[in-house]
Parts: sequence; structure tokens; C-alpha cells
Amino acid sequence: MSDLLKLDGIETYIGQYHILQGVSLEVKKGEVTVLLGRNGAGKTTTLRTIMGLNPASKGLITFKGEAIQKLPTYTVAKKGIGYVPEDQGIFAGLSVEENMKVAMQKDDAETRARMDYILDLFPDLKNFWKKPGGLLSGGQKQMLSIARAYINNNELLLIDEPSKGLAPIVVEKVMESIVQMKDRTTIVLVEQNFMMASTIGDRFYIIDDGRTVSNGHMKQLKQDTELRKKYLGIA
Amino acid sequence: MDVLLNLSLNGLATGMLIFLLAAGLTLIFGLMDVLNFAHGGLFAWGAYSGIWIYSQTGSFFIGIFGAVLVGFILGILTEKWIIKPVYGNHVQQILITLGLMLVLSEMLKVIWGPNQISATPPSYLAGSWEIGGVIIIKYRLFIIFVGLLVFAAVQYMLSKTKIGLVVRAGVMNKEMVQALGINIKRVFMFVFMIGAGMAALSGVLLGPYSGVIHAEMGLEFAILAFIVVVIGGMGSFKGSLLAAALVGLSGSFMAYYVPDLALAANMLLMAIVLVFRPQGLFGMKG
Repeated sequence: MSDLLKLDGIETYIGQYHILQGVSLEVKKGEVTVLLGRNGAGKTTTLRTIMGLNPASKGLITFKGEAIQKLPTYTVAKKGIGYVPEDQGIFAGLSVEENMKVAMQKDDAETRARMDYILDLFPDLKNFWKKPGGLLSGGQKQMLSIARAYINNNELLLIDEPSKGLAPIVVEKVMESIVQMKDRTTIVLVEQNFMMASTIGDRFYIIDDGRTVSNGHMKQLKQDTELRKKYLGIA
Repeated sequence: MDVLLNLSLNGLATGMLIFLLAAGLTLIFGLMDVLNFAHGGLFAWGAYSGIWIYSQTGSFFIGIFGAVLVGFILGILTEKWIIKPVYGNHVQQILITLGLMLVLSEMLKVIWGPNQISATPPSYLAGSWEIGGVIIIKYRLFIIFVGLLVFAAVQYMLSKTKIGLVVRAGVMNKEMVQALGINIKRVFMFVFMIGAGMAALSGVLLGPYSGVIHAEMGLEFAILAFIVVVIGGMGSFKGSLLAAALVGLSGSFMAYYVPDLALAANMLLMAIVLVFRPQGLFGMKG
């Protein structure tokens, strides 16, 4: 499978802090790549750097073979990368419908078909269509955020900790929907919940102190207790 | 009764002028997080350029159109050259926009001279109607009508169009708007242009209302506009309309009944709102 996204020696500063100090990874088309690591390791910053929200100071990011590390965020998004941030980024004062409308780059038959698909996947959104985004539950907000990222014909979705702060039953629902979306798009997932991540992930990268320190097929990590203990603190 | 009605009309007309000035200010702050102290300068430029065009062409409506156009152009230039380099830095924004305010005011004196300029409404808007023994001044009604028309138009734009949705979303979360593939800088420029256009419209309408315009008028009205923005809630368009009406009405009634307390009343109103609702009447917490 070809590389859809490639990061090579990425370094990123946030203010005076040197957060990413050498992140390299390859995302294969059609796969779910999971970024793992302890809190503060640099997983969220990696996604933000790909989106251009915290621009890289060094290194190369290519998407479909084109360098994107110097592009502004909106251009990166238009290239076909959808982003679901850790805090979901819902426009609290806008209704679910308006949140979706802001995200829609086109209003053609293909987009409408995607909308139908996403509303079948997340029927709650249909039920709360006119309700302000700020009044949704945590799980519904997560669904709306994923739906917004998916509504355009994005080839890659970056999803940051979709299980964070959600009840286990809701996490299950959100993860099920991500599994269903696997067939339609490539996903980079940041996830602390290893059990969940290992169920849906094809490949993994472990980030520690701003560097990618290990990677491979998820099957390998499932079997490698030492590696999990060393970098993730779990047996 | 006719005194009450006239004071109300006068207050609402003043309120509409302040609203047109404050609405741009609140949108610019809400979306762009920019404290634009030069907004009053754009207002004064609208007044001078509009009244000058009116005097040259003899058409008040061409004057209004010209003033708004000047506002749009000055807004674009201000955003591009003055505001853009200082995004995210409030201290620099205050200093540079205060400086620009002074430059804009002094430029008016250079071009049109230091003396105040008189302005009268066109014949069809001059004078008054007498309805049931109550005298209603036509030009005040005209200002209220224009203010409400602009409110309705901008409200429609904000609630029913894609660009309006993007502006509202941008007020809530700029970063996310960009991550959805929208060039927020273009939206910034659009909002700045609309805000400056409304300020200029307010300026040109004020001319015949007060009878004279002068270079320092921007600063005087900008203070009222800032009070309105704080009372209405930073970033709230509807809040600006309500707060401007309150400030206009309180100014009008106080000036008639307790003239010494006219300005203090606005400050008191702002203080009361800040005590009970620090985010303003329609502002969001946080």
C-alpha cells in the first residue's frame, strides 16, 4: 500500500517549548494508524502540526506526495485532511445543522450522499438537528465533530482521543462508527485507551518525549508486553 | 406625552447612530479579537467624505453611498496594513489603533480644514410631521429606519448565509474554522470592511442630525460605542442594538431631566451591567 501521509524528522515549537523533536511516520492508504504514548508525549501536537495549527520548524510533511508543512491550515484541510480535535471544536452557539453547513465545502450530490451516510451512522445528530451544538452530550459532540470532518471528500481523517471523557457505552458507539468508516477513508487516531486502539488500529507509532520511538503492526504491539510496559505503562 | 415621544425618538435615533458604530466594533472584536480604537476615525471619515460628496453632488444618497465606499476602502487598508501585523497582541493593537485614530482625525483637518463643517438634511428629510398634536422630526425617523434596515440586513447575512455562518463560527472558534478549510483571514477582512462601512454610514448620518461635523467627533462617539459594546456583550450583534437603544434613550431622557448626569448615566448603566453580568447582556461567558 502507498503512503498517503509521510512525516520526516518533524520538529515543532510551541512558544519557547520544543515539543516535537523528531517525529517520523508513514500512513498507508486505507489503514488506521494509531499514535500511542503517555500524556504530554506529543501526540496531539503531531496532529496539530500536520494541520498547520502548530507549524513545523523543521522536517518534511508530505500528503499524496506533496509537501504541506508550510501551507496554511485552511489549505491543508482543502487538500483532503479532516480534523477532529481533542476538545471536539464544536461551534456551541450554532445548531447541529449549522455546524455541518459551515464544514461543507460543496453542496453537490456526492456531499449529500455523504450526509445521508453520516446521519445513518449517527442518528442522534438527525434527532438534534436544530439543537445548539453546545447543548449536546459529550458523545453527541464527538459524533458531530467526526461527522463534520467526514462530510467533505477527505481522504484522511485525523482524530484526536475520541474516547476522552466519554462513558464506556458511548465510547463503544463512537469506536464502532470509526470501524465502519475505515472502509471509506484513511484514519490517524490518537488514543489513550489501548484496548480500543488495538481493536481498530492496523499500525501503531509510539511517541515519547516528542520523538517516534517505535512502530509496527498492531499485532506486534499486542504481543510485546515489554514495549507496552516501557512506553505506555501498561502490561 | 409629546415630550416623552420626542425624547424617545431622539434617543432611539442617537441609539441607532451609536449602534451602527458599535456593531462593527463588536463584530471586529468578537471575530478578530482586535481592539480597534481607530473605529471612531473611520466614523469621522465617513462623515466628512459623505457630507463633502453630498455638497458637491447635491444628492444626499450619493453622499451616503460615497461615505460607505470610503469606509469600505479605509477598512480594507486598515486591516491589511495596520491591524494584520499586530494580530494577537492587544497592547500593540491599542497603541497602533490609537495612533491611527489621531492620524485619521488630523488628516481630516489637513484636507477639510480645522473648522467645523455644517450639514443640513436634504429638503425631503427636513422638517417635521404633526401627528395628533405630536411633532415628529422626519430626519430622526429616517435614522431609525436606516438603523433598523442595516440591523435586519446584517442579521439576515449572519443567520441565513454561508458567510454569516462562518463569521458566527469564527467568533466562537477561529482555529476550527480554518481546520474546516476556510480562509479566516479573508473573513477577517470582510468583517473589517463591513464594520468600517457601518461606522462611515453612522458618521454621514450624524452630520445633518447634529448640524455640524468636526474632526474630534470620532473620539466622542467611539467612547459611547465602547460603552455599548461592553453593555451588549463583546461580539454580540443583537446585544449592540439593545445596548445602543438603552444608551441613546438614557442619554436623551437624562439630558432633558437631569442634564448634568447625562454622560454619568451611561457609565452607571455600564457599571450596573458589569456588576450583574460581566459578559454583557448578550455576551457569552468565558
